[in-house]
Amino acid sequence: MQDVLLDVQNLVVHFRVYGGYLKVLDGVTLQVRRQERVGLVGETGCGKTTTMKTIMGILPKPPGVVRGGRILFKGRDVLSMRPQELEHLRRSGISMIFQDPTAALNPVFTVGEQLEDAIRYALGRRDHASVREVALSALQSVALPDPPRILESYPVQLSGGMRQRVCIALALAYPKELLIADEPGTSLDVTIQDQILRLIHRLAEERKMAVILISHSLGVIREWTERVYVMYAGTIVEEAKTGELFARPLHPYTGALMRCVPKLTGTGIAEGIPGRIPDYFDPPAGCRFHPRCPHCMDICRQRKPQLFPVDENHRVACFLFGRNSRG
Amino acid sequence: MDELLVVEGLRKFFATSRGIVRAVQDVSFAIRPGETFGLVGESGSGKSTVAYTVMGMYRPSGGRILFRGQDITMPHARRPLALKKELQIVFQDPGSSLNPRRSIREILELPLRVHRLVDGRRLRERVEELLNIVELPPDYAEKYPRALGGGEKQMVAIARALATEPSLLVLDEPTSALDVSIQAKIINTLVRIQKERHLGYLFITHDLSLMRNIAHRVAIMYLGRIMELAPAQVFFERPLHPYTQMLLSSIPVISEEEERLKPAKIVSTGEIPSPVNLPPGCVFHPRCREAWEVCRREEPGMREVEVGHLVRCHLYGA
Repeated sequence: MQDVLLDVQNLVVHFRVYGGYLKVLDGVTLQVRRQERVGLVGETGCGKTTTMKTIMGILPKPPGVVRGGRILFKGRDVLSMRPQELEHLRRSGISMIFQDPTAALNPVFTVGEQLEDAIRYALGRRDHASVREVALSALQSVALPDPPRILESYPVQLSGGMRQRVCIALALAYPKELLIADEPGTSLDVTIQDQILRLIHRLAEERKMAVILISHSLGVIREWTERVYVMYAGTIVEEAKTGELFARPLHPYTGALMRCVPKLTGTGIAEGIPGRIPDYFDPPAGCRFHPRCPHCMDICRQRKPQLFPVDENHRVACFLFGRNSRG
Repeated sequence: MDELLVVEGLRKFFATSRGIVRAVQDVSFAIRPGETFGLVGESGSGKSTVAYTVMGMYRPSGGRILFRGQDITMPHARRPLALKKELQIVFQDPGSSLNPRRSIREILELPLRVHRLVDGRRLRERVEELLNIVELPPDYAEKYPRALGGGEKQMVAIARALATEPSLLVLDEPTSALDVSIQAKIINTLVRIQKERHLGYLFITHDLSLMRNIAHRVAIMYLGRIMELAPAQVFFERPLHPYTQMLLSSIPVISEEEERLKPAKIVSTGEIPSPVNLPPGCVFHPRCREAWEVCRREEPGMREVEVGHLVRCHLYGA
């Protein structure tokens, strides 16, 4: 397992609220290998962003509390890192870009001021000319036209697509081994989303960088990742090679979700998934999907299914598949 | 006169400090009873402006809007109450379109009172009926919007729109803010309501895959103009406009069957220009891979290339 870059094991994260805890992440396990493009798909509130923020060490504590699990980046435990080590991790190990590029940029500073700040921080370099040079080449690498002009611009003067490119330039001004892209095209138009995802793909290949692409869109995941984790209510319910998952979704949730997606073939839309995402204050015992599952059995109400390998490239956390998961 | 709504040569300009924004230019279409007419386009294409102008929320800068043959090209305040009852709208964000300080009952009673549709004793019953249409239990009447999930709020907004028994519903991205599992339920409810009541829908979305599954006819807008208009099946199987093709080929899909339906990969380039400073000639030419000299000079008109299939492009000129 030497090529494993990021190894998240059984991560449990709760949020302290008035009168108790929201039990959001309930044992999230995932791995990312070097240069791999991994997808994390799930609906609003399933814990995708909480997982990533915990990995980045930017989970607000309080109210967040890590109750268990380990996060290893290149074998080193992120959860027990001291602040300087975490800073080093974000400087040269992992970067993250967010859904809303407008909120991620400071409106009162020019792109140049923000980008040059990030570069000085990453390189520890103070010489103005060379910082500017790195800034210009960072903007060039994200295919922004006329970089000198962009450096002088305020975020408000740029379009949404251009702002997201600036965010990518900020994240990758210094080489990184892992980029976490949290819904990078969701707030943008479909043609612009396509351009942004293509850019991330190209940069990942050129820089031999791994990517975690978070999305609620199964289409985006299918097109841009090699391996996928499906998340439901704070748990990973299925993991497979991307092609395999879309050809043969096993978990009842994954299948139901795929049927809800409107198809270009115009074959109509399934009835949706009955019920709603559980209340994290008092989540269902056993499998968290059981109250909405048409195949629910007695065991599903009592025990939490573990990810069980169906074959080499496919694992599912469901008692319908395999006895091991009852263990 | 079997058309419910006819929009002819609609224009809407806004004066801003940076100049005149030509949000809608020369938009024409018609909607029949029981039909879903889909308006797609990227942000800034003018699709919501068309909807709001139809609703009377904006006064058109030019063109005409006819409802059942009657000219309704006047602002909302001047429209007769009986007409307002016929046209209702559902907005994208139910979080901000429902008053947080009113219970669901009060929200649903308001249109009934304004239009004096039922007498006081029947109000209670009618609210329950409305909740029933959108498949919400009767005890939801006593709840407040904050206690409801996003999908349930949108169901309340739909019930409110149905309260006056309209014949045309404008749906402005009604499911764009929701997850697909919730969207599925709302779309199916909308389709059922349409069948039961023979409603006309003006359905606005940027989601082409969703459009394929709900619209009978589709028009695609770009910088205020309709670029192509066709029956849904034709629109998706034989798109003619280079913009339609580019947009269709950019959609991420989830199966091989869908992949085969997409036009050959056209790498999307460029961004939508500012509507204050429109390119000369065809507004799409700076992003169009087929553009040639005439496209930079002359704006193409709308041409009917086969029955019911209109396209605004020099490629299909006479």
